[in-house]
Amino acid sequence: MISGSLTTEEILEIFRKICLIRYFELNLKRVYDAGLMPRIPIYLSVGQETIAASLSMIYKGASLFGQHRGHGIYLAFGGNPAQLIDELLGLPTGCAGGMGGSASIQCPEIKMFGHDGLMGTQVPIGVGYAIGTGQTTITFMGDASAEEGYVLGAIGYAATKKAPILFVVCDNGLSILTKKDVRRNWNMADHAGFGMITMDMTDDPWEIIRIGKLFKDQLPALINIRTNRELWHAGTGRDGEPNEFNRFNVTKNDIAIAGLKIEADIIEKEIEASIEALWNQRLQLAGRL
Amino acid sequence: MTVAETIREITKKHLLSGGVALGQCLTAVGWVGGTVPELTEQDGLMELSMDDTAGGGIAVGLALAGKRPIYIVRYQGFQWFNAAMIVNYAAKSKDMWGIHCPVFVRSVAMEGSIGPVASSSHHGMFTRMPGIEVVAPMTPAEYVSTWEYFMSHDVPIYVSEHRKSFPIDYELPHIIKPKADITLFPISVGRLNALEAVKELEKEGITCNLVHIIKLKPFVPSNFMLKALTDSTHGGVVIDTDFENGVSKCIAHDLMLASDRKVHTLGLKERAAGFAPHLDNLPPSLEEIIEKVKELIKK
Repeated sequence: MISGSLTTEEILEIFRKICLIRYFELNLKRVYDAGLMPRIPIYLSVGQETIAASLSMIYKGASLFGQHRGHGIYLAFGGNPAQLIDELLGLPTGCAGGMGGSASIQCPEIKMFGHDGLMGTQVPIGVGYAIGTGQTTITFMGDASAEEGYVLGAIGYAATKKAPILFVVCDNGLSILTKKDVRRNWNMADHAGFGMITMDMTDDPWEIIRIGKLFKDQLPALINIRTNRELWHAGTGRDGEPNEFNRFNVTKNDIAIAGLKIEADIIEKEIEASIEALWNQRLQLAGRL
Repeated sequence: MTVAETIREITKKHLLSGGVALGQCLTAVGWVGGTVPELTEQDGLMELSMDDTAGGGIAVGLALAGKRPIYIVRYQGFQWFNAAMIVNYAAKSKDMWGIHCPVFVRSVAMEGSIGPVASSSHHGMFTRMPGIEVVAPMTPAEYVSTWEYFMSHDVPIYVSEHRKSFPIDYELPHIIKPKADITLFPISVGRLNALEAVKELEKEGITCNLVHIIKLKPFVPSNFMLKALTDSTHGGVVIDTDFENGVSKCIAHDLMLASDRKVHTLGLKERAAGFAPHLDNLPPSLEEIIEKVKELIKK
């Protein structure tokens, strides 16, 4: 349920970002499946768009350390979509000059640092950066990389040194297809907070906004956000509908209940069309369409 | 001024200029062999937790923050845990994203009854990775030169230190002899035993050149090195304090390609080091160097 403290413009801005991520990636799936781009490994976040979209509303200007699933972070915080398309196409005009592909993207303009491909390294690196700059920093990780020893060690160090960093665990309960409860009998919010303020929650965007605001002045902090990704760990495959809930539909329903269905429908249609047009334009420029 | 005092002064100036130094147990007894200034966290001296796997990443983050961190690892063998983010992030950052990530990794070697992990140098694991430079200074001037290079360039540097260098307060010049039988190319603490070996071999009528190897990567055979080598009747031998299947064979390979001489290697023996003195695995001793030289020149 949408908090009364959010303005209409804020609600629609969040939805705009969600749609941007979703339609960007659905177009990427279309292009990838059609063989119109290089066959590089791609990591999609369709279904978990609300995490980056909501946090970008609260943590404007934060330094960002993502992992291999970074398109949503890049887009939500203001990265240039055309440069991300070019990157995925392997072009020198891409946001990492073609070096980053899908997994190692960056965007200096929004202080988003690239990832090296080793699971979870963004966490200690983000901690060092937060300590070194004293600036608000966010590091995103999956529930699998959260199990890396150096991730836990770095979180503990950040708690000890009171580094200004927010740890965000995007928890879909799976490491590829290995379930979380097979891998561990503990959870991040209860057992990896090291005395920091923590929260275990779903990817309800309105709740992420509320907790994000609450935690902003109490960093370091950790949020474990349970989410349902719709597509495979890598690539564009799909095993059916999300297991528990379809956050995109739930969010649209929340917005409709708030009396903003018409506005949201317009935004969705506009973004769907504009992103498809942008993809087609970049493909044409690259000689791939 | 000794090497230890030189490092301490460099570190102190760096911290007082806004830089940082970090590592485990820095303020413990001895302050890492007297190489760490007795400053505080407020001054930029950061005590890390004992998590060896995260420390390198924190150093990388500090480098991205523009702090030019000095990352101190007390035993080179601990690099097997610490290296991951140095070589996979700091070393690749410029190629991947055009973002410089200069970390000064101080990696301290020692040996003598300290077992299979902590013993000796492990610089070979870093020399195989692109984007990082590897240096093994043993004298005050070499250390200053290494630091000045780091501060005037934007690359991560692995500094293969040795505790036996800490009291050294003199320089180690090359030795070039007319009509040398062989040229020795020693690295790190191997340079000290090689110097002694040159003197002993001289007494037996065997003439050796001695060309110190300080920069291990990138290794560029200089004209000076190549002249010493080609002027030697029996080629050369690289003397390392790491296992031979590492940088010593790479250097020997480069020297051979650039000359018409064979270059051999002598390093740690191909086995683990035990704690008992008779089971240790030490850098080539004076006797081992002499034996190797005699074997190569068949005298």
